Amino acid sequence: MSQIISIQGISKTYKSGFQALKNIDLDIEKGEIFALLGPNGAGKTTLISIICGIVTPSSGTVTVGGHDIITDYRATRAMIGLVPQELTAEMFETVWATVSHSRGLFGKWPNPSHIEKVLKDLALWDKKDSKLMTLSGGMKRRVLIAKALSHEPQVLFLDEPTAGVDVELRNEMWELVKHLRDSGVTIILTTHYIQEAEDMADRIGVINKGELVLVEDKCELMHKLGRKQLTLELHDPIETIPVSLEQHQLIIAKDGNELIYTYDSQGERTGITHLLTDLAEAGIRFKDLDTSQSSLEEIFVDLVRRDQ
Amino acid sequence: MNLPAVIAIYKFEMARWTRTLLQSLVSPVIATSLYFVVFGAAIGSRITEIDGVPYGAFIVPGLIMLNLLTQSVANASFGIYFPRFTGTIYEQLSAPLSPVEIVTGYVGAAATKSTILALIILATATLFVDLRIDHPAWMVFFLVLTAITFSVLGFVLGLWAESFEQLQLVPLLVITPLTFLGGTFYSLDVLPEFWQKVSLLNPVVYLVSAFRWSFYGTSDVSVQVSLAMIGLFLVLCLAAVWWVFKTGYRLKS
Ligand SMILES: Nc1ncnc2c1ncn2[C@@H]1O[C@H](COP(=O)(O)OP(=O)(O)OP(=O)(O)O)[C@@H](O)[C@H]1O
Ligand SMILES: [Mg+2]
Repeated sequence: MSQIISIQGISKTYKSGFQALKNIDLDIEKGEIFALLGPNGAGKTTLISIICGIVTPSSGTVTVGGHDIITDYRATRAMIGLVPQELTAEMFETVWATVSHSRGLFGKWPNPSHIEKVLKDLALWDKKDSKLMTLSGGMKRRVLIAKALSHEPQVLFLDEPTAGVDVELRNEMWELVKHLRDSGVTIILTTHYIQEAEDMADRIGVINKGELVLVEDKCELMHKLGRKQLTLELHDPIETIPVSLEQHQLIIAKDGNELIYTYDSQGERTGITHLLTDLAEAGIRFKDLDTSQSSLEEIFVDLVRRDQ
Repeated sequence: MNLPAVIAIYKFEMARWTRTLLQSLVSPVIATSLYFVVFGAAIGSRITEIDGVPYGAFIVPGLIMLNLLTQSVANASFGIYFPRFTGTIYEQLSAPLSPVEIVTGYVGAAATKSTILALIILATATLFVDLRIDHPAWMVFFLVLTAITFSVLGFVLGLWAESFEQLQLVPLLVITPLTFLGGTFYSLDVLPEFWQKVSLLNPVVYLVSAFRWSFYGTSDVSVQVSLAMIGLFLVLCLAAVWWVFKTGYRLKS
């Protein structure tokens, strides 16, 4: 796969003197879904705004489709659709008017059938003549997406698209995103729902305090950092772990009422059978057992905390 | 040239206007009619002719200019300030638009609106006074040039303003006084010599003077000088816009 966006050495210091981004290097592959994660204020929106031309970088370069975003801004911006984080809309306009307007702004002549398709895809067709101020928040969010898609972009930025959107709509939205990806659109999204990144993204980047702390293929990341834990609730509490069980590196929890076994779920052998045999031999009996998998959420929290 | 975008901005701005067309047109027309009733008929009948023109007719070009200036500034400043205020400006900033295209769209729409309004006021005036227009082509030329110049000024104002108060303060504190002191209702001859000289610093004097010349063939300042001054003012306003876009001042962080 070839890269569609190349970010090199991007830093941003706002006029207030605050450094929001520190020397970011990142390549986005053509046709992928890239999820940008990070706590509030990490610099996600700033990075997106720089690529889209809303914020001027303090240093560094970005190319989109091989064109520089500053010297060749017409080429790069025409390729990009942006759904901003803030819900801003021309409240007195109708859905149809505002979406058609966006298409024009991005240099495309009117194409009612395309606008119709976009509105239908986003379940906005029956609202096309409604004024934006009469729409609910989730509908306004969809209008913003429709605006971003009005000019048939090759790259779509979704800055927290699912904030304030109900579950059903969220699923529909992700269907649309997958559909767009299948049609060749590259998608960069930010989200605070890590489950979404886990479900949707091909690759994941974590940004913290203006620094890109990690970029990984999602599956590899889950594989590398994804550990499973087996918790055994014991019949009789124990104080020490018998020597015969030492090789399993068990942890005693809940005042000796629980034993915790950590293993790699993606590994060839988990060692569970072996453990259970050894437990029986040592005469340790248990009432119940439970397994849990470290989610991306935990990985993420871990990364961010480690960084502090 | 991103022509679809210029057309899109222009249409969008015109659509915003037609939604409130009645308000946009009715109030200036009523206000101007009142001027004619008060100054033209009530007071004007006691004022002698100025340069051979009855007072009621004499004030028509000035009144049209007054409306043209305030409406151009108001339309253009609001047009660009509003998206800044609501945040929808992100779209213009992220679109493949050059400053020239943005300005053409917004200023073109604002100037169109105020020109239409000026023509309606002119038509209203004919109901009250006998008018003659010696140089109709020049009349239209000055009308359009002034509409463009002050729309650019309004655009700069809309980029600069940080609040609705500031947006209204400048027209109130600067444009309106300059217009009233710019010979709208009088000929500069009536002023003491010192104030005549001071008046020449007021750009509106040149607009009104040249515009009145296109009606009655007489003017306070020579038409060539007026033309040069209007041109200079337009260039200054354009330079201000250019600077704003170049530096990203109050547009981009
Ligand atoms: N215009 C600005 N002037 C000064 N500082 C700013 C400006 N915009 C953003 N910042 C600061 O830059 C940092 C990064 O902000 P940014 O909006 O990029 O964060 P984010 O990762 O998108 O956060 P969130 O998840 O809350 O949306 C924040 O500390 C913010 O306060
Ligand atoms: Mg953000």
